[in-house]
Amino acid sequence: MSADLGQILGYVEKLQELDTTGIEPTAHALPHRTPLRSDEPEAPLDPELAVSNAPQRAGTAFVVPKVIGEEGAG
Amino acid sequence: MSLPALTLALQAAQLSSRELSSCDLLDAVLGAHAGRGDEANAVVGLRAEAARAEAVEADERLTRGEPLSRIDGIPVLIKDNMVQRGEETTCASRILEGFVSPYDSAAVTCLREAGAVIVGRSNMDEFAMGSSTENSIHGPSRNPWDLERSPGGSSGGAAASVASGLVAGALGSDTGGSIRQPAAFCGVVGMKPTYGRVSRWGLVAFASSLDQIGPLARTAEDAAILLGILAGHDPRDSTSLAEPVPDYCSALDGDVRGLRIGIPKEFFEAEGADPVVLEVVREAIAELERAGAKTLAVTLPHTPYAIAAYYLIATAEASSNLARYDGARYGHRSKKARTLSEMYTLSRSEGFGTEVKRRILLGTYVLSAGYYDAYYRKAQQVRTLLRSDFEKAFEVCDVIATPTSPEVAFRIGEKSDDPLKMYLSDIYTVSANLAGIPGISIPAGFAHELPVGLQVLGRSLDEATLLRAADTFQRRTDHHAQTPRGWLR
Repeated sequence: MSADLGQILGYVEKLQELDTTGIEPTAHALPHRTPLRSDEPEAPLDPELAVSNAPQRAGTAFVVPKVIGEEGAG
Repeated sequence: MSLPALTLALQAAQLSSRELSSCDLLDAVLGAHAGRGDEANAVVGLRAEAARAEAVEADERLTRGEPLSRIDGIPVLIKDNMVQRGEETTCASRILEGFVSPYDSAAVTCLREAGAVIVGRSNMDEFAMGSSTENSIHGPSRNPWDLERSPGGSSGGAAASVASGLVAGALGSDTGGSIRQPAAFCGVVGMKPTYGRVSRWGLVAFASSLDQIGPLARTAEDAAILLGILAGHDPRDSTSLAEPVPDYCSALDGDVRGLRIGIPKEFFEAEGADPVVLEVVREAIAELERAGAKTLAVTLPHTPYAIAAYYLIATAEASSNLARYDGARYGHRSKKARTLSEMYTLSRSEGFGTEVKRRILLGTYVLSAGYYDAYYRKAQQVRTLLRSDFEKAFEVCDVIATPTSPEVAFRIGEKSDDPLKMYLSDIYTVSANLAGIPGISIPAGFAHELPVGLQVLGRSLDEATLLRAADTFQRRTDHHAQTPRGWLR
């Protein structure tokens, strides 16, 4: 794995050949405006359904291993 | 000719005239699947009973003469990364095995509202990360033209199912070529629409600024029918464009006279490209010239940097998107985890496959504080240069024609030990995703007795012109009607 990653990072070094001084970065390809929906409340997902895939649950809450007191938690 | 061999348009016509019923079509699909036992391993979740209920309802509507759309009653497959309410979606990953969605993705909603019968899910590379459909918990898919070869990826199951005649249409997703390259390898049509043309709501995210859903089919006409059903704004995906959706089918007038086709020399001079493949693509372009199109040389000078920019941006976005798989709310949770941090670490270590891990590590690295500017920001700047290459080219031409892939379908296992070699096979497809423009791959002919794809790229939101060029080409050629030996078609 580390050899693969080294090889890939070696390959992408070729970008350094290009002078990109003053070039704006593109995060999003299209110039079109992002259409926003109207801010109207909608019925949320049924909490019962929202936790239906939980590996462990209590009612409509997700249960995870204890956090407080765990070494290195935070 | 067997029923699944009919194009979607012909199935629609025969459903409309009641020569065929939706149940007949579904029987044919299930029979075909049982018959060859899905040797291509293209389908991962067949929903025979649910599909039957949908087909019966479709037949009732068709008998009343009240079809919901042109594809009412037609069996289709979706890719295993588009969620369906009450059905499993795995993304071909152990981490999502058993995940049952509480809602329908937008693409599935479009299909349902059109009355399509969703017969199941198609196989893919895990989280759509791959170009071969080998990285799947369901095992590799195989190319119907040669079962020892890959169907391409990551929508390899979709392409293989259309090529083998199982279904006339399937949905794929394309982040760096994942619809077009498998379409090329399997000898079918595959279209990546403009970024934002189709809602990504409910598509499991890989790289959010690149992902786009699109159709795979045997003809440009069928792709046009499916795109018309999928395209349009969705308030739940704010990147979906609020632009009018044209009638793509009415654009298919068979006339490309005066169409200006740009030929980028960089795509024909790429190192390692198979000269036989390039010759087939040149001949396909000559056919469009004989139909009245004009060709001219254009230049996309930053093409040699596209792969590097793509794999930095795509992995960076993936590392962020895949952070959600932490074992807490859904998906795999390690049974060995005793603490919270073990839950995260072990669940992810056990749940993700090698290629996904490689990309998460790479993406996390290139986003990290000391390397962000040198890698991620640099790649985004190169993305700007690639976009402006296309903008300049489209000032003088209407479409750009290239090979879809530098080679024909490679053997299963041939590249699986060398990730960089696998990445380099996406050389012709990633640019369209980085630029956000639409692209289509159409069967151009054969090299080494395997299909070759012609890729046509177009201006943002100009899918209609791509479909018109593809349809015109298919009216003049019969490559798309060739069938892999021994299959149903």
